Amino acid sequence: MTGEPMVRAEGVRKSFGRLEVLKGIDLEVAPGDVMCLLGPSGSGKSTFLRCVNHLEKINGGRLSVDGELVGYRAAGDTLHELREGEIARKRAEIGMVFQHFNLFANMTALENVTCAPIRVKRLGREAARARARAMLARVGLADKLDDYPAQLSGGQQQRVAIARALAMEPKLMLFDEPTSALDPELVGDVLGAMKQLASEGMTMMVVTHEIGFAREVADSVVFMDDGVVVEAGPPAEVLGNPREERTRAFLSKVL
Amino acid sequence: MSIEQDTAGAGRPESIRAVPVRHPGRWIAAAIVVVIAVAIVHSIASNPRFEWSVVGHYLFDERVLEGLRVTIELTVIAMAIGIVLGILLAVMRLSPNPLVSGGSWLYIWFLRATPVLVQLLFWYNIAALYPKIDLGIPFGPAFIHADANSLITPFTAAILALGLNEGAYMAEIVRAGIISVPEGQSDAARSLGMTRLQTMRLIVLPQAMRVIIPPTGNETISMLKTSSLASVIVVGELLYAAQNIYSVNFKTIQLLIVASIWYMVCTSLLYVGQYYLERYYGRGAAREQELTPLQRLRLIALPSRDAGAR
Repeated sequence: MTGEPMVRAEGVRKSFGRLEVLKGIDLEVAPGDVMCLLGPSGSGKSTFLRCVNHLEKINGGRLSVDGELVGYRAAGDTLHELREGEIARKRAEIGMVFQHFNLFANMTALENVTCAPIRVKRLGREAARARARAMLARVGLADKLDDYPAQLSGGQQQRVAIARALAMEPKLMLFDEPTSALDPELVGDVLGAMKQLASEGMTMMVVTHEIGFAREVADSVVFMDDGVVVEAGPPAEVLGNPREERTRAFLSKVL
Repeated sequence: MSIEQDTAGAGRPESIRAVPVRHPGRWIAAAIVVVIAVAIVHSIASNPRFEWSVVGHYLFDERVLEGLRVTIELTVIAMAIGIVLGILLAVMRLSPNPLVSGGSWLYIWFLRATPVLVQLLFWYNIAALYPKIDLGIPFGPAFIHADANSLITPFTAAILALGLNEGAYMAEIVRAGIISVPEGQSDAARSLGMTRLQTMRLIVLPQAMRVIIPPTGNETISMLKTSSLASVIVVGELLYAAQNIYSVNFKTIQLLIVASIWYMVCTSLLYVGQYYLERYYGRGAAREQELTPLQRLRLIALPSRDAGAR
């Protein structure tokens, strides 16, 4: 793989008060790749994902997306914090899907998908609606446009959330345990939508406990524990033949 | 269990037929309530001193209706000031800047720590403190000069006192609404590239409304009646109008009843308004909305047609 990686982390550290959650994370995601982050809860996977679109501010190291630092502008040796508007503009280029869907409860499925394109991208109302309808049809929800989130099942809500993120035409998609809050029989629909997205060449970082999905779809797998990357590599290596004892112990529990 | 069995009724357990538990306590309680209610109604209807004809005579008196108009005006303007100020103060209170949130805290504390009647009298007598009011750059030149006595009429004093006081209470209500919205909502909004202001305006506040509206309705109803305090500083509102009339004809009770009837009418109208507002902001919160009483009536009156509920 040549050229600039889509995401590059070098020694990324993050603390909440005195609790250090990330203790120096190094990793790279190439454009078009799918990276799955595995690890026990509390290992810092979700926190790292939230750092990538600056929902959390890192305390140390360097983190860049598409060649630009997250949250800062480098001028020589000094870093300047970005203004709120600049941060917002960069976030708009990164889609994020949450464990608990976080659909806007006061809006219908269609309004959830059109809201940001209209308000953030200044897209015309009709164009935004047409795009939203196409996105919702793509995730199999063409008949749920006017339903409120409370009227949708968990799997449907999560697919609306994916459509909402895609409507902003992101260059990178972050998935934070997208199937963990779903009933088992609804997981397949969401994973299906994600597989389709991966096959279309979207760069994706996925925090998940779905080992099968990681094995089938991921280009690389990262195993994290206690704020550090324990092991990283192609899924066949990390999942099929792990080098580290901690990885083996974790996999034996989830498989 | 198969379907044949069910329809045949052979395998189906029998319905229960049992003697229900008796509730003598409930019957006694109900009887007591009825007796008290009848006694009250009887005493009101049979006591000639109520002079209901006098009440009827003054109910639509021009002076009373003018007072009612002023009361409604006071309520609407003071609540409008209170709501706008409340949102501003609530957002300030949640600001990361300690001086901004501290300023908001201090304002709320100060206005809640003194009786509204005292504040009313303060504003009425503001000219004693500041005979001249200048608008301009602080410590610099002023552009507008005004005489406090002519600027602060009794009506503006009442508006200021009631509105500024209400702002402090509304701020706490709005703040409760804002923090009731799950954090995931603003996470999602920010991840889509919305600024803090957009997140607040488009996502958080509309959802906070569901929590904000019931106590705001309560505040409005309370304001309608608190505005009667303005009678103390000679604002010609409903109670003042009633007092004016009975100070001449000494029909004190009758005119207080007249005022009370109008307060009750206005409060009832506010109930209806609050019901529909709650419904509007409740959409999306429940899987299905209940029918309004009107929709239910229509369903009963026109059972063949679907009244288009939802």
